[in-house]
Amino acid sequence: MTTVNTAAVQEDSVVRPIHNPQATVNPCTLCAPLGAALATTGIQGAISLLHGAQGCATYIRRYLISHFREPVDVASSSFGESQTVFGGEDNLSRALDNIEQQYHPDIVTVATTCVAETVGEDVPMLLKRYNSRRNKALPVVYAATPSYKDGHVEGFHSMVHGIVQSLATNTGAPRRAVNVLPPLISPADLRHLREIVQGFGVKATLVPDYSDTLDGVILDEYRAMPEGGTPLDDISSMPQSLTTIDLTMTGKAPRASDVLARRGAQIHLLGLPVGIRATDAFVEHLTQMTGVARPQWLAQERGRLLDGYADGHKYVFGKRVGLYGDPEWVASLATFLFEIGARPVVCATGARNRALTKALEQLPPGSVDEVLDDTDFVRFEVACRRTNPELLIGNSKGYGIARNLGIPLLRLGFPIHDRIGAGRIQVLGYRGSTWLFDSIVNLLLERKQNASDVGYSYL
Amino acid sequence: MAFELLKDRRSQVVRSQRNEVASVDCNKASVAGSVSQRACTFCGSRVVLYPIADALHLVHGPVGCAAYTWDIRGALSSGPELHRISCSTDLREKDVVFGGERQLETSLRQLISKYSPKAAFVYGTCVIGVIGDDVAAVCRRVEQDVGIPVIPVLAEGFCGTKRDGYNAATRALLTLIGRGDTSSIGKYSVNLMGDFNVAGESWIIKKYFEKVGIDVVSVLTGDGRVDDISRAHGAKLNVVQCAGSMTPLAQGMRERYGIPYIRVSFFGVEDTSDALYRTAKFFGSPTILSSTQALVTEELSRVLPELRSIRCKLQGKRAGLYVGGAFKAFSLVRALRQLGVSVVVAGTQTGNQEEYAELQAVCDENTIIVDDTNPLELAAFLVEKDVDVFIGGVKERPVAYKLGIGFCDHNHERKVALAGYAGAVAFAREIHATATSPIWSLMPRRSRPERARIGKATP
Repeated sequence: MTTVNTAAVQEDSVVRPIHNPQATVNPCTLCAPLGAALATTGIQGAISLLHGAQGCATYIRRYLISHFREPVDVASSSFGESQTVFGGEDNLSRALDNIEQQYHPDIVTVATTCVAETVGEDVPMLLKRYNSRRNKALPVVYAATPSYKDGHVEGFHSMVHGIVQSLATNTGAPRRAVNVLPPLISPADLRHLREIVQGFGVKATLVPDYSDTLDGVILDEYRAMPEGGTPLDDISSMPQSLTTIDLTMTGKAPRASDVLARRGAQIHLLGLPVGIRATDAFVEHLTQMTGVARPQWLAQERGRLLDGYADGHKYVFGKRVGLYGDPEWVASLATFLFEIGARPVVCATGARNRALTKALEQLPPGSVDEVLDDTDFVRFEVACRRTNPELLIGNSKGYGIARNLGIPLLRLGFPIHDRIGAGRIQVLGYRGSTWLFDSIVNLLLERKQNASDVGYSYL
Repeated sequence: MAFELLKDRRSQVVRSQRNEVASVDCNKASVAGSVSQRACTFCGSRVVLYPIADALHLVHGPVGCAAYTWDIRGALSSGPELHRISCSTDLREKDVVFGGERQLETSLRQLISKYSPKAAFVYGTCVIGVIGDDVAAVCRRVEQDVGIPVIPVLAEGFCGTKRDGYNAATRALLTLIGRGDTSSIGKYSVNLMGDFNVAGESWIIKKYFEKVGIDVVSVLTGDGRVDDISRAHGAKLNVVQCAGSMTPLAQGMRERYGIPYIRVSFFGVEDTSDALYRTAKFFGSPTILSSTQALVTEELSRVLPELRSIRCKLQGKRAGLYVGGAFKAFSLVRALRQLGVSVVVAGTQTGNQEEYAELQAVCDENTIIVDDTNPLELAAFLVEKDVDVFIGGVKERPVAYKLGIGFCDHNHERKVALAGYAGAVAFAREIHATATSPIWSLMPRRSRPERARIGKATP
């Protein structure tokens, strides 16, 4: 089991500022407020407000909706010229009033856009003033998310940090619960993590948990706020949980788990549970912290995954794979590929820090040919031409490259805009890893089959 | 769901009456906190210029604005595809503090030398409007050195509505128009304006004009080419389809070059025939007129049988629509009526007073007419009017689907050509496929006996 001292990691992973002196062509990242808005959808009764121009909220909604194929409402304070010059306080107040009237939220999260940050809006002060004018305060959480600083991954972490900072305040008697702080993963994966934790007879508190809000059921009557999300009461008692598993291993400070650590919680940093070893670490940690033995169904699923490995190992052995996307995903998938005997020859992310490079240093030297931090897709394609992957794994934005290279693409992560069911892709845990392994093998088989003149129908 | 219109929004929703036109409060900034479906000024400029395929489109600002507009539209090119990449100066914190002009100039020179475009458009974003980079000066400097037009498009997101972005695009186009040689352009020549070649629609329309002996000098901006646009002032008539975005340009060309314009639409068979006849009549040539008659007759005889047969299956269905510009809404109301479908909710993002008056006139009595709506309003209207099929864009789609209502994408993301006669049939098939799918009868909204009005599958 890997238990890492968070303070040490933080110090060690001081982000070296990298500035990109060139233009970015085909970005491999999205902007910070997108991450903040997405994190908000995983909190029960929460709605997101972006302080700035209307377009930011709309572009972000369009992106999220195209991926999840669910309604995603993100409000904007709709800056015009006068707000930019004279300040956006009135618009912020009107936006909060209108949101309350339309959505009746339990909490509103406010994230800043570039324009609000550039003109220097003091949002915490404005929010305080707004609430001081009201009889009953509207619960609000704030995160600063200027996109000239960070991308969607950090925006996501910033909002989770803001939520935990403001709401996880109870420090009473311990509760039989386990906290999980996931990075941007699919609703199906969130659901499965919850299922695994609950398998140990404890309550699972995932922050955020958009497994229901962004993978909802068909409705008879429209709901302003979709059902689901982490209840605010559960968030408030997070410091009292048995343990907090922080899966945002590559996230940069300030981390939500640091806040919890300061409030007395035990923090354990783990990689995403993909494959046997990473899932074992997750499961063993749960066994240790809950004192409950691993449930039989998990043992069965583990056995099935190993059985699958045996069936397919030769097809993946030595196969060259290109990975790109959010650093947590790329790092975890690289570790998984190493576990099954495939080679993550090129690993790329658009995140503007060295987190991916650092995470991959844990693999044996020579496992990865090229690592690209702060990259765009044009540079990634050039790296692919140098490293010759036979398969790409990543979001749908790499489709053009896979097409140019004539190799298959396994769609994982965010965004997936050219297929349906992105929210239902499950690759975590033994069960998800089995699907992932099968999918990789089958894509390689399909490619081999299609390339053969014989047309084998039995492989 | 208990639904009440926001007080700030009441003046933007009316119900059409038989002999009376209600005033719709429109053409203004979105209400803060209302969750508008609109984007921003930058978006308005970006969508108009987007399809110019041999120009470089560089978004000057933090990466998000470029990321969200990467290859998002279905605008096709018959040759170069520079419009399908996303270029950003990717400003970082340092640039925001010290200014982004150097980063802009470096990026511009680098991209122009790499991609050899025929012209470059540089889009300003919110941050640029605040930090005050002299984008025009950089463009002038680079233009002098590289010898292609380098055109600033200053439409910062907060500077007005999407419509103001159209005006910025108009100014940019007017700097291109007038540069080319027009000596070879004949007397029967037009520019097709406001068609963006989504799924190849400009090609469909161009073919009609060519068949009847009318030259299309340029399409603004579908399958657009810098050289064609530069000689657009040689055409004898501007045929304006998307009037919302292109009327300012048509007016500008009338003032500057004395070219008259007509507003037309190529959506639906009635409007397409009308557009072709009005163009033919403008030239007053008996040959063109008789060729047009022959073309219309031939096309109608080809498509009417299928349209009639689909009409039988759709008769009595109810539609809602929410589109960008009002002129498309007029056409859709007529096209749907021809299919036996009545429009009961009609809204636009950018309509003006005059256009809403006309929309009320073309709609049946008691149709909900709405400006700059939001998801909660749409959901309430769809349920109130018991709509069978909704026509809109990606952001509206989940609202319809969540309620178990059919949906047809008529936005720029669509991959099906819906213009001209062939497009009218494609549109009818789309509506038929979604409105009469057997799956709806399983949905909660339709599975109750008292609400099973349309649930039954049509053979």
